[in-house]
Amino acid sequence: MSGAREGAPASWEVFLRARRGLAHQHVGSVRAAGPDAALAAARDLYTRRGDPLSLWVVRSDAVHAASPDERDPYFAGARHKPYRYPEHYAPLTEKGPEGEHDE
Amino acid sequence: MSTTSDVPAVRPGPPPDGPPPAAPDLALHLLRLGDDALVLGQRLCQWITRAPTVDEDLALSNIALDLIGHARALLARAGRLDGTGRTEDDLAYTRPERRFTNALLTELPNGDFATTVARQLAYSHYAVLYYEALAHCADPELAAFGARARKEVAFHRLHADRWTVTLGRGTEESARRMRHALERVWPYTGELFEEDEVLRRLAASGTVPSPAPLREAWLHRVTGVVTGAGLTVPTPTWTARGGRSGLHTEEFGPLIAELQSVRRQFPGGTW
Amino acid sequence: MTARTTTGATAGATPSADGDGLPARFDALIAGGETIEPRDWMPDGYRRMLVRQIAQHAHSEIIGMQPEGAWLTRAPSLHRKSVLLAKVQDEAGHGLYLYSAAETLGVDRADLLDALHKGRQRASATFNHPALTWADTGAIAWLTDGAAVINQAPLCRTSYGPYARAMRRVCQEEAFHVRQGYDTMRALCEGTPEQKEMAQDAVNRWWLPAVALMFGPPDTGAGGADARTAAPGAAVSRRAMAWGIKRHTNDELRQRFVDSCVPQAERLGLTLPDPAIRWNEERGHYDFTPVDWDTYREALGDDTHWARQRIAHRRAAHEDGAWVREAAAAYAARADAAGGEDA
Repeated sequence: MSGAREGAPASWEVFLRARRGLAHQHVGSVRAAGPDAALAAARDLYTRRGDPLSLWVVRSDAVHAASPDERDPYFAGARHKPYRYPEHYAPLTEKGPEGEHDE
Repeated sequence: MSTTSDVPAVRPGPPPDGPPPAAPDLALHLLRLGDDALVLGQRLCQWITRAPTVDEDLALSNIALDLIGHARALLARAGRLDGTGRTEDDLAYTRPERRFTNALLTELPNGDFATTVARQLAYSHYAVLYYEALAHCADPELAAFGARARKEVAFHRLHADRWTVTLGRGTEESARRMRHALERVWPYTGELFEEDEVLRRLAASGTVPSPAPLREAWLHRVTGVVTGAGLTVPTPTWTARGGRSGLHTEEFGPLIAELQSVRRQFPGGTW
Repeated sequence: MTARTTTGATAGATPSADGDGLPARFDALIAGGETIEPRDWMPDGYRRMLVRQIAQHAHSEIIGMQPEGAWLTRAPSLHRKSVLLAKVQDEAGHGLYLYSAAETLGVDRADLLDALHKGRQRASATFNHPALTWADTGAIAWLTDGAAVINQAPLCRTSYGPYARAMRRVCQEEAFHVRQGYDTMRALCEGTPEQKEMAQDAVNRWWLPAVALMFGPPDTGAGGADARTAAPGAAVSRRAMAWGIKRHTNDELRQRFVDSCVPQAERLGLTLPDPAIRWNEERGHYDFTPVDWDTYREALGDDTHWARQRIAHRRAAHEDGAWVREAAAAYAARADAAGGEDA
């Protein structure tokens, strides 16, 4: 329970799939006592426009995250492995990378 | 007829081949449905900025917005069908209170939040059932309206269900308030299902369904919710009537006076 | 690694500024135009300034519902009633987006609301003016929302990520508010003489609140304000701009607002109540009377009928709803105890 104040409703992170083909995107948070109330609040708050396809709410204290102070052990490795990126290698055609999709 | 027209009301010009044949029965029925939605929407507008949470201001204004949308569609059609060519705004803003035909339930003062929830519970379950039935009627415009409106009122029903259970199973105080609210509201629910000569003729001709046969399903559904809330459905010893024939509560006059005040202060105005 | 929230709502310990170069990294991110995110180290002053600014903005949205909300039951057509409902509910929504953003800084929205109710934090004094006629709903939307859009558009690029993202939503939605306000005024101006008179009266009363209060105190010597009176505002603005919270001075934005309004008012046939307004060829801007901030702010202290009324209204709603919020909390606690099922 995240409320610093006693009796304050829990915080819920809201994720919205705005269009077909898109992943759910974090759009903000709501405060609500339970999951049904959280979904209803998220619906009223984040879907007043457009034609959204799907909504998730996740209790904020159920989200586990790596933080900047833990950056090094978690993310240091990603920066130094250029061989994971296509630009590390010679293009497959003479036109360069743009040309590859034309074939 | 769309459920939520997004343009200002425009007075229809005379149709090319004379006025359409008036359908007074259907016009009156749609006027009643439209008045229900208008008056309940107007009551909910009174909550805005006064709700228990800002989220609830948002929830109640969403419901009000849907209801005003339903009222606009229904009143506009009623005005076309009664042969007078009145617009939605003519009907909402120029009729004296005795000409309004909403069920008394919809005009009941907001009371505390529990009373509003009880009123929403009764109305939204009724509206879901009736609009579902309307979605299958022969009139394509009305059927399309029913199909769209039932989805909106289904969300209102979820809202009412959730709060009924939350208050019923919340604290001692909220349970007591919810119980009183149900008792206060219940005698006014019967009028929603009333069937008079007009409705009998409309139902017999297959124009629109009568709400009377839906009462049993309604009672079954609301009983499920109220029981789930740890409360019991009241069995009132009397039934309120009169709204359909323009005999309203004394609280109704100020409601309509407020609704119409600006428009009446500026005769000939355009908005 | 411990459980954290993505928003930082449960943030207790953020990294402290020990000797590991965190302040330098913060400065580098700001200098590079990158956003600061909730779990990044940030100076206390930055965090405090953001909380204060975001909370004040959120409170202004919530309090700002009142003057227009009072006209929901009297809107003169069902179309206008629908539009006004949609607008007032957007304001509730904007308040909630912003409370959500503020919570990523480790504060609790219940505490922010409490601070508003008890007068420790404030909403914009703009809304301490009464909405006396239907035309006020149009004037508020056209002028104060118009001012808000100009003020807030740069905040879509403010340095704090959650605030910038909330502001992008707010700005997208506010564009509708300004247009519908202009449209409401246009209908009145094209109506009967009595309607037009009502529109002019509303503009007379809402012009100065928009020009003065929506942009804050003068913070440059521009527009004839003397440099000494602008000094305190200037210091705050400089700090906010150095941190990338603010992108333009109050006076720059104020000028932009006046420049956009004058031709709109001309098209409506309305007179903006400032005889000094005239095109300045040399500057390429409209001149207008400099805001006498001290005098104005004093006249609009917290001890006016409407300043008190706005807070009293908010507090009454909150207190009347206490039993409902308690019921929701009790019900949720019971549902949790019953095994995490909500119903």
